[in-house]
Amino acid sequence: MPRLITNRVLGVLVVIGSSAALGLAYLSLAPNRLVLGTGIPLADLLHEWRKLILLPALLLCCGMFMPPTRRTHAAVAVAASLLLVALVWLAGDAATRLSKVAPSISRVSLGGGFWVLLAVTWLAAVDALQRLGLSAAWRTVAAAAVIAPVMVLVALGELNQLSLLKEYANRQDVFHGALLRHLQIVGATLVPTLVIGVPLGLALFRSERVAPAVFAVLNVIQTVPSIALFGLLIAPLALLAATLPWLGELGVSGIGLAPAIIALTLYSLLPIVRSTVAGLGQVPRPVIEAAVGMGLTPRQIFWKVQTPIALPLLLSGIRVTTVQAIGLTVVAALIGAGGLGSIMFQGLLSSALDLVLLGVLPVVALAVTVDAAFRFLTLLLDRSQR
Amino acid sequence: MIELQHVSKAFGATKAIEDLSLTVQQGEFIVLIGSSGSGKSTALKMMNRLLEHDSGRILFAGDEIRTFRPEDIRRRMGYAIQSIGLFPHWTVEQNIATVPELLKWPGARIRARVTELLELLDLEPELYRNRYPHQLSGGQQQRVGVARALAGDPEVLLMDEPFGALDSLTRVALQNELARIHRASGKTIVLVTHDIDEALRLATRVVLLDLGRVVQSGTPMQILAQPASEFVTDFMGRSEVGIKLLGLETVAGRVRRNESAEGTPVAENLTLREALSVFLARQVDRLAIVDGAGRPAGCLHFSDLVKSRE
Repeated sequence: MPRLITNRVLGVLVVIGSSAALGLAYLSLAPNRLVLGTGIPLADLLHEWRKLILLPALLLCCGMFMPPTRRTHAAVAVAASLLLVALVWLAGDAATRLSKVAPSISRVSLGGGFWVLLAVTWLAAVDALQRLGLSAAWRTVAAAAVIAPVMVLVALGELNQLSLLKEYANRQDVFHGALLRHLQIVGATLVPTLVIGVPLGLALFRSERVAPAVFAVLNVIQTVPSIALFGLLIAPLALLAATLPWLGELGVSGIGLAPAIIALTLYSLLPIVRSTVAGLGQVPRPVIEAAVGMGLTPRQIFWKVQTPIALPLLLSGIRVTTVQAIGLTVVAALIGAGGLGSIMFQGLLSSALDLVLLGVLPVVALAVTVDAAFRFLTLLLDRSQR
Repeated sequence: MIELQHVSKAFGATKAIEDLSLTVQQGEFIVLIGSSGSGKSTALKMMNRLLEHDSGRILFAGDEIRTFRPEDIRRRMGYAIQSIGLFPHWTVEQNIATVPELLKWPGARIRARVTELLELLDLEPELYRNRYPHQLSGGQQQRVGVARALAGDPEVLLMDEPFGALDSLTRVALQNELARIHRASGKTIVLVTHDIDEALRLATRVVLLDLGRVVQSGTPMQILAQPASEFVTDFMGRSEVGIKLLGLETVAGRVRRNESAEGTPVAENLTLREALSVFLARQVDRLAIVDGAGRPAGCLHFSDLVKSRE
């Protein structure tokens, strides 16, 4: 019996999206940046030819009834991508028109309806790409193709009247400084993590006796809440800086960068060490035996055989570590290390939601980008190997 | 070529090899055979220093092997194992080129050598050169394994149950190729197996080991016809000794050249064992025989299987 709805995922997404479009405010208009605004539904924004935006949405609705062919999936993917860009543009456009009639300190923020629709459309696009059976590499390219127009909208200033971008405009210098600092902290964490983690993983791989003990310690560290770990480091580091003044001159103190990087490194060690050990463990024993038997030196076996076979897993460890560090660095703002977390906490303390978003969105974007980049890299490596 | 003099080796309290003496001559195809725990693999691995001997002397080309750097000695001996151990991240060509690369041969010579070996092992070079190991069947992988072991033109080829994991059809095909390579190149080969038929088919000399000692060493014919002890007879399969003897000789040696017979002829390079099977299957007592080119070569009587006419 042929089913009426051929794509249930799309069906569910359409239902969620439609209810959000009807039931939730797409934007909210507030008299100033600190008070809650009044909601504006999507229907009020679709003036004149803007109703055309409903076209790709309609296509998505039809998509769930169409036979599941490649052509259908491609059409759904394109429609979803178009809708995604249109949704963002519509928000910017509406904000611009509202700003012309409302007083200048009033703010137009993105509402729940916008976020739900955005998420639902994004999922529809991802699902369609998956059904198309594109390789992971091409999916990454497709995702970039969707995000690029949104970036263009931002660059062209189409979204400038949105509260989020007004916050950005007001704090441009602070934001750029925070972003840079965020990246610095993540980068500064990765260096000691790799320098300590990879050799440690190697050593643990070679000695099966010590490995469980070290993993137990790393596991315990991983379970300590990040705020607690940051806090725990304040006292010993302050003491250290006091007794060894030259350390203090290097910038080591109880708060700031030093404890942040130390704590983040401690968190990062587990995934790196674990993936190093797992990667080396992936090298089949006969391969090693054959290598020894043919007269490769231990050094040659390590560099020519073990390292390339272990590399994809090691890279996935670095990916996990980096993404984790990007997230945890937000918390490091609490001990004065700076970064995007400082913007987020500022927003939280002054209950300015758009300021919170200004801190959080780049963190999410960074994490997603780094994740995709590493996956892409691992994929390239894997393809040349298997 | 390789000489073991009163060699012993123990793993903890268990003695793997006890007072083993064995000389491998240039051009020999030695098969070390024995049940598991007989020390046959241990003996092989001591030859290229994958295991170090506890006492006695092992000479390679006249010198104690401990005077060589282990890597140098291994590069002069090919090594193939049951689990093959191809490098999964390298192509067939890169795998085969491993030892030549280590020996720093020029690129053109390596490439030519890879082509030559792929052809020798019946793998179309342009088809297989750039494949990865996971794209090959088990038999093809072991062909590459053997090619890789031969690549550096080693003085000796050491093989540790190389065909143990293959299905019987593939195994026989590879055994035949190895025998052909041995005949054509005159390479010295030491092979470890527990498969009696493999030993009889390939060896110029079979060395039967038990509990780390040599029980008997001799040609396949000697081992079968003149067993040194009851143990040898039992190991070779008491009830099948006669059949195995037939497997050592070809039809060509017993053909009556001036006679002929009815029926579909069989080739003279068949073993007598295979001929026996044909006799029984056809229920006849004479077979027409043809030579390699398909020309009539005479007739084989059933009674000729029992005793050669001289």
